[in-house]
Amino acid sequence: MKARIHITLKDGVLDPQGKAIQHALGTLGFSGVEGVRQGKYIEIDLTETDKSNAAETVEKMCKKLLSNMVIENYSITID
Amino acid sequence: MKSAVVTFPASNCNRDMFDALEKITGKTPYQIWHQDSEIPDVDLIALPGGFSFGDYLRCGAMAARSPAIKAIALHAERGGNVIGVCNGFQVLTEMGLLPGALMRNSSLKFVCKTVHLQVENTLTNFTNAYTKGQVIDIPVAHHDGNYFADEDTLKMLETNGQIPFRYVSKAGEATASASPNGSQNNIAGIINERGNVLGMMPHPERLIEDVQGGTDGRGFFESIINTLK
Repeated sequence: MKARIHITLKDGVLDPQGKAIQHALGTLGFSGVEGVRQGKYIEIDLTETDKSNAAETVEKMCKKLLSNMVIENYSITID
Repeated sequence: MKSAVVTFPASNCNRDMFDALEKITGKTPYQIWHQDSEIPDVDLIALPGGFSFGDYLRCGAMAARSPAIKAIALHAERGGNVIGVCNGFQVLTEMGLLPGALMRNSSLKFVCKTVHLQVENTLTNFTNAYTKGQVIDIPVAHHDGNYFADEDTLKMLETNGQIPFRYVSKAGEATASASPNGSQNNIAGIINERGNVLGMMPHPERLIEDVQGGTDGRGFFESIINTLK
């Protein structure tokens, strides 16, 4: 199975990189960009065949290593 | 004072920390590799600066899951002193020994220069050799030193005197331009509530003898020795 994990900054956490991207988009002539938030995308290939077991394992991975709960949120999709 | 310096792959200030501790304490520190699961009985464990594990995923994230970490956490739990400088500070927040997180500098640039720090609380294990309000000059060299914590945590740090070091101007004012990284409340270093764990972005180990351009960092190490007397 494949787990796809999106890690994003929590609301209220400043994202200077997102701001720089927003600025660069403006410089390139893209108008109407209200905000940019940069995050991470991680794919994990698992030998597990049961979807709920896989979800449980990946949830633990997110909490223990992949995300920092102080500043980040995560969302998991498994297929 | 007995001390130990923990080295992770791509730590690069471990030797500076080792030298500073050896010169100031007169005793050779233990050198601990990140895969060592046991650390000898010491008064201080130091986590040095660097770019452990290439800063992959998040600064300090991989290092904070190393085999040596359990022994460091146990040492702190028993009341032992732990310091983390620069990458070491990032590791301590990733371990959860200190609250908050270190984000990318607001300028997005790596900043390498000497900054002014105000010593705000001199009642800690790490600052008692300084005078309250003293402004010291200490170098910083980092890309991710922008301290972030939620409002409640910040309030707790401020109320409890858990911010011993703050970035200030030469005149001692905590202005936005005095901060090299955009840290909330100009925070340069924090201690835990119990007072035995400190993390800071600036490098006191780089200023302990005149040949390095100054000795403003000595007080930091001398403070720890004072608390053991």
